Amino acid sequence: MRDLTKLTLSAARDALHKKDISAAELTEAHLRAIDDASELNAYIEVTADKAMDMAVGADKMINAGNAHGMTGIPIGIKDLYCTKGVHSQSSSHILDGFKPEYESTVTSNLWADGAVMLGKTNQDEFAMGSSNENSHYGPVKNPWRADKKNGDLSDKNTVPGGSSGGSAAAVAADTSIAATGTDTGGSIRQPASFTGLVGLKPTYGRCSRWGMIAFASSLDQAGPLTKTVRDAAIMMESMAGYDPKDSTSTNIPVPNYEAALTGDIRGLKVGIPREYRVDGMPNGIETLWSQGIDWLKDAGAEIIDISLPHTKYALPTYYIVAPAECSSNLARYDGVKYGLRVNGDSLDDMYKKTRAAGFGDEVKRRILIGTYVLSAGYYDAYYLKAQRVRTLIANDFKLAYEKCDVILTPTAPSAAFNLGEKVSDPLSMYLNDVFTVPASLAGLPGISVPAGLNSQGLPLGLQLIGQAFGEEQLLAVADVLECAAGFKAKPKKWWGDKS
Amino acid sequence: MSKLYPGATGNWEAVIGLEVHAQVISESKLFSGSATAFGAEPNTQVSFVCSAQPGMLPVINQECVRQAVRTGLAMGCQINLRSVFDRKNYFYADLPQGYQISQFKDPIVGEGIVNIELEDGSNKDIGVERLHLEQDAGKSMHDQHPTMTYVDLNRSGVALMEIVSKPEMSTPEEAAEYFKKIRSLVRYAGTCDGNMDQGSMRADVNVSVRRPGEELGTRTETKNVNSIRYVMQVVESEIRRQIDVIEDGGRINQETRLFEVATGTTRTMRSKEEAHDYRYFPDPDLLPLEFSQQFVDDLAKDMPELSDAKKKRFISDLHITPYNAGVLVAEKESADYFEALLSATVEKSEKPTSELGSLVSNWVTGDLFGALNKLGIGITSSPVSISHAAELLSLQIDGTISGRIAKEVFENMLESGKSPEIIVEEKGLKQVSDTGEIEAMIDEILANNVDKVEEYRGGKSKLFGFFVGQVMQKTQGKANPQVVNQLLKPKLDD
Repeated sequence: MRDLTKLTLSAARDALHKKDISAAELTEAHLRAIDDASELNAYIEVTADKAMDMAVGADKMINAGNAHGMTGIPIGIKDLYCTKGVHSQSSSHILDGFKPEYESTVTSNLWADGAVMLGKTNQDEFAMGSSNENSHYGPVKNPWRADKKNGDLSDKNTVPGGSSGGSAAAVAADTSIAATGTDTGGSIRQPASFTGLVGLKPTYGRCSRWGMIAFASSLDQAGPLTKTVRDAAIMMESMAGYDPKDSTSTNIPVPNYEAALTGDIRGLKVGIPREYRVDGMPNGIETLWSQGIDWLKDAGAEIIDISLPHTKYALPTYYIVAPAECSSNLARYDGVKYGLRVNGDSLDDMYKKTRAAGFGDEVKRRILIGTYVLSAGYYDAYYLKAQRVRTLIANDFKLAYEKCDVILTPTAPSAAFNLGEKVSDPLSMYLNDVFTVPASLAGLPGISVPAGLNSQGLPLGLQLIGQAFGEEQLLAVADVLECAAGFKAKPKKWWGDKS
Repeated sequence: MSKLYPGATGNWEAVIGLEVHAQVISESKLFSGSATAFGAEPNTQVSFVCSAQPGMLPVINQECVRQAVRTGLAMGCQINLRSVFDRKNYFYADLPQGYQISQFKDPIVGEGIVNIELEDGSNKDIGVERLHLEQDAGKSMHDQHPTMTYVDLNRSGVALMEIVSKPEMSTPEEAAEYFKKIRSLVRYAGTCDGNMDQGSMRADVNVSVRRPGEELGTRTETKNVNSIRYVMQVVESEIRRQIDVIEDGGRINQETRLFEVATGTTRTMRSKEEAHDYRYFPDPDLLPLEFSQQFVDDLAKDMPELSDAKKKRFISDLHITPYNAGVLVAEKESADYFEALLSATVEKSEKPTSELGSLVSNWVTGDLFGALNKLGIGITSSPVSISHAAELLSLQIDGTISGRIAKEVFENMLESGKSPEIIVEEKGLKQVSDTGEIEAMIDEILANNVDKVEEYRGGKSKLFGFFVGQVMQKTQGKANPQVVNQLLKPKLDD
């Protein structure tokens, strides 16, 4: 019997539609793989019974001729999404025991199309982190390990990136066909790059944020982590859409993204921003980027040098805006209404004890930064200035798109690093987002496509940045890039049953 | 010239500003679909949004926007076509989000002017600085449990309008009249019910004192004052206290104070040092609030007539005295009652409106208000219906009963609730206008009082009233006084 967990989403869909396989057996296969891969710590909660129920429902949909692209596809859901009656804590201790009475809009859309929930995936607490080491439920292990000089697999664990590290590891280890992530400054694209996956962050406003536990409201966006660009197109179409319950979602019809994958990008202008050549970038990444340029050129695209002059301000701007918003968004976790409460002598004492016990170090660090930059006397110098710079960064892109259609950059400045390597150095951790943050600040869509392996056999991704609501074009270029790169590598299995 | 307050070391003047919080009349809350009805069981009008469940997002209630614009129009204010919602961050158990959504830098309504009338008949313009929309907090209940506080979130997220005056009042009376005027305007505009005892309206009172013409002194802010009388007490006691402190060599601290009803004075709540840093910033969950001038114009077109316009119309079209007009428009319900009664009376008596305005206004402000005052009830609970009142006035207008009898019938109506026509019928109070009957009576009276007739004819014209009185006595007041006059005069003057 063939291993159903090796299927891509599009292949599984085709097999389901042809009734070569059933949603139930597809789901069972993935539930077994989850069991086998438990040491990766990719899932916080496995909803096996629910998954089987949903799979049976999906099979009925298919038999009734109501199949959609996502019908019967078993997926992991980042813990940050509120799923009715199911663990939804954004990997935080402070939401202990919280089970929402409602379902997020994005997951509702997926369930309406017949997708199957395997469980809730691990993440950095409140989506704050780039290594998935900031989870109350412990770090996620990347299925990918480096090769030693002698060709053997290292016994050291690498990080899967973050914050959607659980989702990335779950898909990379073939324990789910795809997974939802969320991206605030790179939290889909960077883990995709670290785990050899496709990760798409759509335009801000493309997906509803309703029912997503907020980190930084002006930046948070839902998106898929998948095995292929085609898979991302199929899943994106299901997740996206206008939602009157989210005032920041945009009322533009959702196109058929898969139909945009024509394979033809002749004449398309690809911008290469000179400011993305940063000091200390590993050779492998530099080389891969050049190769990416050549691949697109060979496919008939025109390569254009562009400048995004305010790029160097993006990271500091992001680390003012995002903490400012999070300091306010996380104020509701106060021990009064739900989740963790540590009693105290007074209301203030209860707040202090609850929040001291409930939040991890990185979350506390960002709440402190955010509180500081919004304080009287500092607001103008930090928050207001950051907002102005944000406008300049968005304007950089606007000007660039007068000359080009999409922009090609590396996704991250390095491959996956070792677990624990950067955990005590927040600044070097923040540098992981240097290439992903500018598009986030500008609200633009970005996609990471696996493009090669570094000298240690770890995957590397290239990022394409598109124009606002230009996901179709973005996916079309990503599809060509993916095809040219021909990335077929899989992590060598070191976990679970090695037979 | 503002009023001066004498102190031991000379005169002082006061500078007063008010921030009025008015609850918006709307079916649902500012950013959620939860109901807003007063007096519901605790925590029964709470949505996922107003209890700040994770991942919930606010969506602006368009009706609250319309209400804020209507209120701005009622105060003659600038309406801002673009405004921004900000978060005001602070922790409290009844503030589930950990922040209040308010408007800080860019409010929906800008400057305007409100005219107040003072007891001496003079008028004064008080500037309005701004009006902004904001969420109310929930309610903490500290008396339900020996060690715990209970929280009721029914009010959490209810829409409030904060109306900020300029510091342009200088006496307790001006502050009270301004507060009254704002209350009247929102009630006329239908944007706030003004029920202070239900918490629909309250004021934060800012007071400072200074030497006449000098720079502004340090102000104090007294929070949550919920009656017009208390506003006056706060202002009075703060002026006195501040003058005393300064004259004793002390300094006024910029602080937040609380009003204590029992003593009629204020006490420190928190000092400037303890003041919160609210860390205002634009709410990233909401887009800037934008609407067109057309939207404003359409609302303006449908605005109800407000008190100032109504008063002018009462005086010019209905020939009502300025005093009566002022009394009638002070409360929307009084004006409504008066206008309903006037049109009912016009219909019943078939007389033109302009002829009846004065009579009806006199009756409402005199007889009716007098009776309601005695009963200690308001116009909306008047025991006399519009149709009965119109009947009573029509009986008087068509001469069926005299003004004096009308008062008697009204007393009876208050007691019995019967219709005036029935009372007149039952008690035989119909006015006698039969000239033959009255003439015979006059002849008899003149014959019985020959001496008085002589005195009258000798120049004691005051005696005319005596003869009228005799006729009235004989008819128990039912003789039509006009007919009596007409018949009596020629007979006496013969």
